[in-house]
Amino acid sequence: MNLSQQLPTAEQILQPSPAAILRKRIFGHSGFMIGVAVLAVIVLMAIFAPLLSKYDPYTQDLVNRMVPPSFMGGESDHLLGTDQLGRDYLARLLYGARVSLFIGLFAALISGVIGTAMGVAAGYFGGRVDAVVTFLINVRLAMPVVLVALAVVAILGGSLTVVATVLGLLLWDRYAVVMRASTLQVARREYVAAAQVIGTSTPRILFSEILPNVMNNLIVVATLEMAHAILLEAALSFLGLGVQPPTPSWGLMIAEGKDMMLFESWLVMIPGIILFVLVLAINLMGDGLRDITSPAGRN
Amino acid sequence: MLGFILKRLGLALLVALTVSFISFSLLYLSGDPATAIAGESANAQDVQAIRELYGFDRPMLVQYFDWLWNALRFDFGQSYYFKLPVADLIADRLGVTMRLGLAAISFALIVAIPLGVVAAMRPNSLIDKLALFLSVAGQAMPSFWFALVLISVFSIKLGLVPASGSTSWRHFILPTVVLGYYAMPAIMRLTRAGMLEVLSSDYIRTARAKGASEGRVMFRHALRNAIIPVVSLAAVQMGFMLGGSIVVESIFALHGAGFLAWESISRNDLPTVQALILVFSMFYIVFTLLADIVNAWLDPRMRAA
Amino acid sequence: MSEPILKVRDLRLDIPVPAGTLHAVRGIDFDVAPGETLCIVGESGSGKSLTSLAVMGLLGSAIRRSAAELSFDGIDLQKASRRQMRALRGNRMAMIFQEPMTSLNPAYTIGDQLAEALRLHRPISKGDALKRAADLLRLVGITAAESRLRQFPHQLSGGLRQRVMIAMALICEPDLLIADEPTTALDVTIQAQILRLLVDLREKLGMALILITHDLGVVGRVADKVAVMYAGELVETGPAEQIFRNPAHPYTRGLLDCIPVPGRITRGQRLGTIPGIVPSLIGRQAGCIFRDRCPEAIPACTGDIPLRELARGHRLRCIHPQGRRIAEEISA
Repeated sequence: MNLSQQLPTAEQILQPSPAAILRKRIFGHSGFMIGVAVLAVIVLMAIFAPLLSKYDPYTQDLVNRMVPPSFMGGESDHLLGTDQLGRDYLARLLYGARVSLFIGLFAALISGVIGTAMGVAAGYFGGRVDAVVTFLINVRLAMPVVLVALAVVAILGGSLTVVATVLGLLLWDRYAVVMRASTLQVARREYVAAAQVIGTSTPRILFSEILPNVMNNLIVVATLEMAHAILLEAALSFLGLGVQPPTPSWGLMIAEGKDMMLFESWLVMIPGIILFVLVLAINLMGDGLRDITSPAGRN
Repeated sequence: MLGFILKRLGLALLVALTVSFISFSLLYLSGDPATAIAGESANAQDVQAIRELYGFDRPMLVQYFDWLWNALRFDFGQSYYFKLPVADLIADRLGVTMRLGLAAISFALIVAIPLGVVAAMRPNSLIDKLALFLSVAGQAMPSFWFALVLISVFSIKLGLVPASGSTSWRHFILPTVVLGYYAMPAIMRLTRAGMLEVLSSDYIRTARAKGASEGRVMFRHALRNAIIPVVSLAAVQMGFMLGGSIVVESIFALHGAGFLAWESISRNDLPTVQALILVFSMFYIVFTLLADIVNAWLDPRMRAA
Repeated sequence: MSEPILKVRDLRLDIPVPAGTLHAVRGIDFDVAPGETLCIVGESGSGKSLTSLAVMGLLGSAIRRSAAELSFDGIDLQKASRRQMRALRGNRMAMIFQEPMTSLNPAYTIGDQLAEALRLHRPISKGDALKRAADLLRLVGITAAESRLRQFPHQLSGGLRQRVMIAMALICEPDLLIADEPTTALDVTIQAQILRLLVDLREKLGMALILITHDLGVVGRVADKVAVMYAGELVETGPAEQIFRNPAHPYTRGLLDCIPVPGRITRGQRLGTIPGIVPSLIGRQAGCIFRDRCPEAIPACTGDIPLRELARGHRLRCIHPQGRRIAEEISA
């Protein structure tokens, strides 16, 4: 008997456990970690806004208008200066984070429910249901999002809830496309066939067999749509047809600072950079999640 | 091939019809369009007069078919604000938007495709990482803010290009960059992914075994196959760009259809808004239809089907 | 026998992996002469495909190649520039692959791809190249050649595509053809046809043929010389006749026991299997690579095993004189 036969091979020893692989993928994925960290900071800033700034974002101080940020030589206790109406820029930025996050979450939630319902139904039932859903996706894609959103918000009035709802009703297409494809894949697997054979009810199959298995992709799309909604809200508000003044929306802040851009460029730069950073963080997190959860999606 | 085109054409028509109905009915969200036109100072009599003048007193479906029938003959009614035929207004402005859209998609393709190819040829190299960084940053960059930054650097500080207007080609440079940059990440990523997949395929090995040069392998054998999905994407992006032109045109004061859309929405000019939604949708539908046909022509497997 | 056209001495292929270096091919030697068929036999993962890609210069940059000698018709392939290699590939040495379904470019017609293979190496017009392409299609037994030229790969069956691949490989009349499992992906009836075709063409064109396979049944019908590869090493090489009549290495015998050969196996006898798995090739190897699965293994098998010549051209890498333990070793 050869002794070396009883020894495990090098490959068996070097093979990491699945949990270790996941851990390594998550912590080895610097993009994902940076995204999560930055997003966490912005969320905390939004939640604790009243604690982080002693100023109110709506209180005007017409004597101290457009005071530059203290790091640019502004001699006041306004860390990021004040805007054209003398409102504290830091306070508006912090409360503006609430607006962006609310819009992002709310719109991603509404569109997520619509898109997932449509996509899962199309993928699971196929046939006519699939044909109708595919058709609706085509119709939706043909509608110019910015134009329709602008028009509807202009008609209904630009409150936070209206903007979030309108965006939610428009951005379900990617959910539907991805959920349809993922459901098609899952529905062919043996355990779904097994559940059908033993007579499990359709809603039960959908909720306990299909949904958990498409959840990874759902979360990835949700993060990307959240970023998308935040960018669109900012654009709408920038055009003056989204969230209305005096609500502190970052897009609105950029619009208000635009005319002063030549002299006080920080009025535009500060909200622009924070908006860019927030969207970047959410995208990094979404991209990272996709890489971490999909075995083949490493490129 | 003919069967495929006919089927695809039928679908496009059905989508167009549905879109037209949605864009028509969207503007009845406010309740009574007559009140909107008459303005706040109007009395009940004026509103009633307007209602009858524009035919708002008829059933909605009748109004829709009436509107659709006229739209098919390029008659979108009178603009409330400009007091001109909507069709003339749009026709007047569309040229600028088309020029901008074409310039932007060309700019995006010219930069993004070579970048995607190089990134795929040398995965994880410096240039791959740079391309990846640009694409991630591009997706996160608010286009209106990017436009403002470009204006402040290239127009205000350096004085190289005009910041607003649409009278010369130089007015189109910054808008093209802003609109094109927005479409680049997706094109770059798809090119890179497509090239990576194709480069690991057996027929690329065959081409190398024949003695083909690296350049020939890359462009004649690999890119030819990897480019097929990019064509569809470019058409979709082109459709999105027309929508995105609203933001860009209003910042750069380019008097195109996007600028018109912004003006008419701000002024509650419903017929113009309706017509613009329909026109932009039609462009998207036509672009994707063309892309599908080009695709079928590029991919022999689809040509036969 | 004439001078060998391809000479390979001490070829090594190393692949750096996270856990160290994978020594995929470790010091193998072989020759092929014009008009000769060499069969390289082994299971998947034994390094036989890598060996053929190494000869063609088609290894990716991730694999390191080194050899004491690697020459084709007197040209040192290790010193050849990229340009020189390109001029050889598809021209003087050609290769056909395992996967006919995916080895042709879906975007171009058969005619385009055949003509390209010719025009890369010969100054010839497209029209003339297509004429020659049609001749080649007829040579490999495809009827209605002219209309096939206008078809796309997806319109052809697997067997037809492999014939097209062969035609493409032969269009420049190469001196050496390497066929890497050309029939594995095909139906059994088609397999025999393609094999017959390859051997006929070798005779007709007087080229050297390297046939890579895991199927010893194939080898018996076509080979002049056989090289048996196991886990990156050549364990036994020699004239086909010798190997079949007098297989010396326990692995070769194991392989032969796996196939039903008339006369060697009596009715009702069970076909053999080789127990165990191929060892990991990461890191340094010492001793006989087959010893973990070898029924004849003794402690001395962990030492150095030189390649010995049993008879003219019949070489063996085994510690036992004839590949079998003799009585005193067992009792010792």
